Amino acid sequence: MTDATAGPRPNSDAGGKDKPSGPMLAADGTSLKSSLARSMRRQKIKALLLVAPLLIFIMITFIIPIGQMLFRSVENQIVSDTLPRTVVALDSWDAESGDPPSQAVFAAMARDMVVATELNNHTSLGSRLNYETTGLSSLFRQAGREVDDFGEDHTDAFEEIDPLWVEPATWVTMFASDNWVEAHAEWAERAEAAGFGFDELPPPFEFSEGVQEPLPRTSAMFADFARVLRVEDEETPAEEEPWNIVYLSLYEDLAADPSAPSAYDGETRALLEEALAITDTMGPFDYQAAFEEIDEDWLGYDLWSTIQTFSPSYTPGYFLASIDRQLTPDGVEVVDDDRKIYGTLFLRTMVMSLMITFSCILLGYPVAWLLANLPMRTANVLMILVLLPFWTSLLVRTSAWKVLLQQQGVINDLLVWLGLVNDASRLALINNQTGTIIAMTHILLPFMILPLYSVMKTVPPSYLRAAKSLGATNWTAFWRVYFPQSVPGIGAGSILVFILSIGYYITPEIVGGTKGVFISNRIAYHISSSLNWGLAAALGSILLALVLVLYWLYDRIVGIDNVNLGG
Amino acid sequence: MKTNRILMATSALVAGTTAVWAAGHVEMADSMTLVSWGGAYQSSQQKAYLEPYLEMNPEISATWDESSPQAVARMRAMYEADNVTWDLVDVVASDAIRLCDEGLAMEVDHDEILAPAPDGTPASEDFGDLIVSDCFIPQIVYSTTAAYRTDVEAWNGETPSDICALFDLETFPGTRTLERRPINNLEWALICDGVAQEDVYDVLETQEGQDRAFAKLDEIKDETIWWSSAAESIQSMADGEAVIGSSYNGRFFSAIVEQDQPIAMLWDAQVFDLDGWIIPADLPDDRLARVLDFVYFATDTQRLADQAAYISYGPARASSAPLVGDHAELGVAMAPHMPTNPANATNPFVYNYTWWADYRDDLDAKFQAWLAQ
Repeated sequence: MTDATAGPRPNSDAGGKDKPSGPMLAADGTSLKSSLARSMRRQKIKALLLVAPLLIFIMITFIIPIGQMLFRSVENQIVSDTLPRTVVALDSWDAESGDPPSQAVFAAMARDMVVATELNNHTSLGSRLNYETTGLSSLFRQAGREVDDFGEDHTDAFEEIDPLWVEPATWVTMFASDNWVEAHAEWAERAEAAGFGFDELPPPFEFSEGVQEPLPRTSAMFADFARVLRVEDEETPAEEEPWNIVYLSLYEDLAADPSAPSAYDGETRALLEEALAITDTMGPFDYQAAFEEIDEDWLGYDLWSTIQTFSPSYTPGYFLASIDRQLTPDGVEVVDDDRKIYGTLFLRTMVMSLMITFSCILLGYPVAWLLANLPMRTANVLMILVLLPFWTSLLVRTSAWKVLLQQQGVINDLLVWLGLVNDASRLALINNQTGTIIAMTHILLPFMILPLYSVMKTVPPSYLRAAKSLGATNWTAFWRVYFPQSVPGIGAGSILVFILSIGYYITPEIVGGTKGVFISNRIAYHISSSLNWGLAAALGSILLALVLVLYWLYDRIVGIDNVNLGG
Repeated sequence: MKTNRILMATSALVAGTTAVWAAGHVEMADSMTLVSWGGAYQSSQQKAYLEPYLEMNPEISATWDESSPQAVARMRAMYEADNVTWDLVDVVASDAIRLCDEGLAMEVDHDEILAPAPDGTPASEDFGDLIVSDCFIPQIVYSTTAAYRTDVEAWNGETPSDICALFDLETFPGTRTLERRPINNLEWALICDGVAQEDVYDVLETQEGQDRAFAKLDEIKDETIWWSSAAESIQSMADGEAVIGSSYNGRFFSAIVEQDQPIAMLWDAQVFDLDGWIIPADLPDDRLARVLDFVYFATDTQRLADQAAYISYGPARASSAPLVGDHAELGVAMAPHMPTNPANATNPFVYNYTWWADYRDDLDAKFQAWLAQ
């Protein structure tokens, strides 16, 4: 377009002397180029505004959801979100050493697990990791039941020293800022006044200044405790006794730094000093042994190497799984032969979709030709027959094929009755690739016939007559004159049929048996049964990419301009 | 019911918490969406639970959504969109475990929200081991079991007597039909390969054990139609396409008793499975109150027994079993058709839910790869 606006320029060669030098000017004195550009821009904006409703609609309902779904194929935040401490602590673990990780890692895991269990998301992490290593699902579910008892003895020991330790108020006095205490009191007042149905969240917990540093483990754990309590139960630390792991953290802080109590004053200081005695009576908590007691697999290599491998927020793991590879600590490995499936399925989906497309061309071409060349009235009746399948449920059509094709079915019965087939060796027409190809060809045939018909309708019959009058045989006239003009219809029909067929899964599922199912069946399985949406998204992305590549190839070979969807 | 609700309200007042029981005080929603499987099963729930409940509460409107087959995926999608439209969902036990693991189903205290048995036994004891997950409220026991056609000439008068007939192509030639998933098939394969029932899962945990099960299935692989919906298996057996195969006992019941097909049950090594309700997590108070009210009613001893008049699945409460009567339309006694009937349950196989929760992903991949070979 911009080239065209510069069009007048060549004229300057012809009569350059008459024209002033410099850019051409419009009537209002601005340069012609810029005033043209301005009016073009206005037109473009107008056009954009006209398509905007549709564009926004498609963005919201189609592109963004699909983008989000495809994003899942690499997203893996669940591990680092659920186990933040463990992921950091595990960084230094050397998987190759073969030893279980250090106490510090187990301690981090215990803290993460307590929080995750309270938030009830340890089991979904277990399901996630179970996709990679079998057995982790129940490991996490089981640990969730036990882990809140970790440090129970230490809690009891604190209580024995002073019953005040199990009073929520003790902890609030120790840690809470005045601001928070005030905000909390106001919130409690409002809650009392409102009675039932009061659903305002309590104020987020605030530490008073300087109380966190002397007791780092305890305050970190207490912060988690207060946060979880607030979002999960809509309660506050002023009403609840802290988790056992908080007491355990306090024990560890006191053991690590006996001078910690001196940073506090008043009652808290006295309590803490009194509690120092616990470091003499109680030994440190053995996290590793505690986990081992739940299940010895907690000490196993598989669990920790899986967590370490899948701790980054983004993972190529799902994509590798969709091409029969897996991510291991030693890098990418091919999965065992007895689990290889996706390569076969992708190839099968492509090959069978091509076969279906070709059989649609073979069957659809003559029908479309008839439709285009018969008198209107007959053609209309035929057209209804072509469209009829559209008005019947897909499942009904597929099930009908089952009745027709099975070994005790109509077609086999007929063949046996005619004596063409021996009763003992009836044809296997269904629950295999033949069944899928027959049923899918039938279902997708209208998508081939309609574009073909609309293209053939526009080919004037006089061309054929002209060819024949010039001496062409029937075949030459068809092949050299008619067929080339119908190619855009074949192209359009093939693209439609091919793209629809690689996405089909109901029909292959019902008639395909074991050898006639497509990759979409697996995608459906991972979406609806195994809930492994990451893998489903990766498989879907690969399928989408394959289609785009084929489309590009098609464009290079046939030319996309050579496609006519009708009109 | 009335007293119960008042009790709920007072206890809530006393406790003064916003816990579940406050629900009794909150206005109850006047509509609910129940999710089930459609077909004969859903209509048995409609007749046994919902119709009597609606009679007591005429102001309520209830809608069914036949989405149970996709319940797990649909629920996850609803929670991600933060728009949960379901109030009560009927799922099989393994899906309940999965939903509970994902935090999408509400954990319940069975004794607190369910009615005790008429003799006062608390609900958790009445349901017993069938409470396989903290989120799961059992309704029925069904079984995946085998059946065979009674008119196969090639069998020369022999009739199958145990599950291993499935693998015996010499005595019982013909096409088989089995479910297209590893669950049940691998267990049966191992049992018929000589593994004792109680060792099945220990063996199946090992690579050799899995190879062994697949090798056994290899013997009949080419003679098997693998079904993905139970109706397919019944259809192929009724058409004579398959001569022996597995399906759910309720489906066989309707083929044998209601449609008079020449099929006979082979209860041997039937695998019990459970179906029940889960309540979606984090429902608004008014909807939760309505659902709890309905669940309390719909899972009591009489209601569970009533359901058995419409479909041949065993009630999940021990106390319901003696109350099971005749089929509501056909008039046949239902007890002999129940999977839990002592005559049928002489050799049931105990299905291990937690084991499968761990191994399902792995073995399913292997099973599909094996099928595709």
